[in-house]
Amino acid sequence: MVKEKVLERVGEIVSKITKEWKHVNEDGSYTVRTCGWSPPGDHPVGCGMKLHVKGGKLVKVEGDADHPITQGRLCIRCLTLPEYVHHPQRITTPMKRAPENRGKDIWQKISWEEAWDIIVPKIKEYKAKYGAESIVVFGGTGRQACLYYYPLGFASIGTPNVCYPWSGWSCYGPRCSITDYILGAGYPEIDFAGTYPDRYDNPNYVVPKWIMQWGKNPLMSNPDGFFGHSLIDLLKRGTELIQIDPRMTWLGTRSKYVCQLRPGTDTALALAFINVIINEELYDKNFVENWCYGFDELKERVQEYSPEKVADITWVPAQKIREVARFMATEKPGAIQWGLAVDENPNGVQLGHAILSLCAITGNLDVPGGITLGPPAALLGKWRMETRRNLSPELWDKRIGAKEWPALSTAMATTHPDETLDTLETGKPYKLRMGWFNSSNFITPTCSAQPDRWYRALKSLEFNVVQDLFMTPTAMAFADVFLPLPTFAEADGVVVTHFGRNAVFLGAINQALRVGDTKSDIEVCIELGKKLHPDMWPFESVDDFFSKQLKPELGIDFNDLREQFIYQPKYEYRKFESGKLRSDGEPGFNTVTGMVELTSTLFEAWGEDPLPYFQEPPYSPVSTPELFREYPFVLTTGARKFTSFHSEHRQISTLREIDPYNEMEIHPDAAAKLGIIDGDWVMMENMFGKCKAKAKLTPIIHPQVVHSTHGWWYPEKPGEEPSLFGVWESNINTLIPHKHIGKLGFGCPAKQMICKVYRIEEGV
Amino acid sequence: MSRNGLLIDYQYCTGCHSCEVACKNEHKIPRGKWGIKLTEVGPYQIEGDKWEWNYVPVPTSLCDLCEDRVKNGEKPTCVHHCLGQCMEYGPVEELAKKMTGKGKKVVLFAP
Repeated sequence: MVKEKVLERVGEIVSKITKEWKHVNEDGSYTVRTCGWSPPGDHPVGCGMKLHVKGGKLVKVEGDADHPITQGRLCIRCLTLPEYVHHPQRITTPMKRAPENRGKDIWQKISWEEAWDIIVPKIKEYKAKYGAESIVVFGGTGRQACLYYYPLGFASIGTPNVCYPWSGWSCYGPRCSITDYILGAGYPEIDFAGTYPDRYDNPNYVVPKWIMQWGKNPLMSNPDGFFGHSLIDLLKRGTELIQIDPRMTWLGTRSKYVCQLRPGTDTALALAFINVIINEELYDKNFVENWCYGFDELKERVQEYSPEKVADITWVPAQKIREVARFMATEKPGAIQWGLAVDENPNGVQLGHAILSLCAITGNLDVPGGITLGPPAALLGKWRMETRRNLSPELWDKRIGAKEWPALSTAMATTHPDETLDTLETGKPYKLRMGWFNSSNFITPTCSAQPDRWYRALKSLEFNVVQDLFMTPTAMAFADVFLPLPTFAEADGVVVTHFGRNAVFLGAINQALRVGDTKSDIEVCIELGKKLHPDMWPFESVDDFFSKQLKPELGIDFNDLREQFIYQPKYEYRKFESGKLRSDGEPGFNTVTGMVELTSTLFEAWGEDPLPYFQEPPYSPVSTPELFREYPFVLTTGARKFTSFHSEHRQISTLREIDPYNEMEIHPDAAAKLGIIDGDWVMMENMFGKCKAKAKLTPIIHPQVVHSTHGWWYPEKPGEEPSLFGVWESNINTLIPHKHIGKLGFGCPAKQMICKVYRIEEGV
Repeated sequence: MSRNGLLIDYQYCTGCHSCEVACKNEHKIPRGKWGIKLTEVGPYQIEGDKWEWNYVPVPTSLCDLCEDRVKNGEKPTCVHHCLGQCMEYGPVEELAKKMTGKGKKVVLFAP
């Protein structure tokens, strides 16, 4: 009894502590409650944690059991946060380097004032002499910078050229654009009860009968703010999983169906599912009649995709295609989670269109336990788009590749990535002179195709600023001024899942400490903005900035959010009936026809087929049989690991102990023919490039397919040119060709290339 | 006196390593040693779409079931941080009873 009483009291104290955002302990140490984002990276998942700071050091990270989504759970990237924050190689003061010393480790520490005194006159000079368009801001994937690199370009610097360099914008952008055109909504996410404080127990919630992961492995990737292990919560509650994946993943072994398809043939498979569902009259007739446009055309189109024909294309047996299609159509509710494989595919717009059509005709849009739909842009997402009003129409017109690629430039406010490389190489339509790399280390195999080509082209830039936390290959090669960033433990911020396009919650990122003399993305935006475009930055402080974003929409300020910890917006289902999907308040979807466009009016206007169709990958056993004889494997890339976020974390020894090198997966039968045994170093090579990796022999992959991880560089290797931390040794993106994009400008063949594989004596 | 243990429902262990790293943090265990360590069985095909692929974390002799945390009313750190929430802590008799309500992939450790 006594023991129980004590435990009860301890429990009270613990819960009291957890309700304050900052608690000072008796020994002078303190604990800060926060929601995580990045850096170090992940998408805006907002995992709840408590940061313990003692003697000016982050000593411990503990998952916060009171967080409604993560409930105390934490991944190893957050559990090793102290190692990252206090890493001896971290850069925590601004630095400059003479342009002739690019590629050399010859830096001089400077103050922020000195950094601004170099940067601000340069920007003014380029604007005056060559126009603001001569400056390009590069962004990366997933970090907090994703919210801020647009405003940094548009409103702090004043250039229309903000660039996400991944060929065909192949990450999230295509899916958001397709959704915008087909559904007129924000990002479609499975309903995982994320907006309910009581989660799965909420009476309005229905557990999905099935969830299909299409080219997606959320356990590792936590995509766009979805906490991946929510899938385990749902498995325990009876949800059946279906995997569309070239590999038998661990999740696949816990799934009802796995369609192990040939990489890049996804669209054919989606069309075959629709074929079965329509021809067997299993579709939701009420939804199709009332809310869909162009059903008859779709019905006619899918006649070209019988399960038998598609089985030949995809390697998925016809009987399985039928079974999965019937299961999807008859069990309700259910949901498809589409992954990066939709984006990294030149045929991906058609795939996305087909997947959304599947969700629509099975009646799973905006229903409990189905697919949730949010507004196209809200909160910080809305603000970052609005900052473009700083640019005159004439200047906005100069955005690289915007006119040539209207389907991309209508939904995305950036340049066209592939056109940007062309511009760097040719100086047309004008010469780019200054680069600002905001959390983008893209000569590592992350968000650029043929990074070696980008590397050569980027040398033409006269002046470069890099914002990051470590000396990366990109920074070593190009930075003239290095501006250090804090981790998410070191600066105030706000995390909004799915970048605001259908957020399940908003959380406060609370500063627990600050190592060295760093400035966060928003601090840099405000400070630089006040010097160049003060009218765009009427904020007294970071707190004031966030309060002014939060107050009009949520009625709370930043301090309220800190106290409240997280804010879950109220979710409303069937908004297409209540008129809440459209700006005019009418029922329907926010599209040209007001319906789900199974036949797309916009695609047609842009010169594309209005209906989804399958197209072979640019290089494949079918489209390039002769090349395939020389390069006899289909190469798929980029499956994620628990131990890293793209190119991050390679210097964190606890994580490198788990995943020490770039890894490629090959079937034991294929490996045996090549004399490769498990753990051998091998080279993957094709007509564009080559990449070293450690071979992992595994039956989860088809004998004709190999997979390579991405993001690799070796911080322990020499940093100076030509090594650049070994960035060219395991650079899988050198095998991915530039500008092999779809008709509308989206997609790249990062998951469906071809290559040969051979054993090598020396590794990295 | 009752003995405590760890119940692991490895149907849901995703191999995320959180238990390993959380344990290393808690007990300040250096590289190359573990207080709990993930083991892997598979992946291999049984037949058709049926596959065997299991991760099972195994506590080592360095595991004290987080005595200090438990005294403070907290869960052992591996249990607390487990992404799959597939670990439970408690008296072995209670855990053994819970086992009977679970599937085939369940194991009880009493380190």
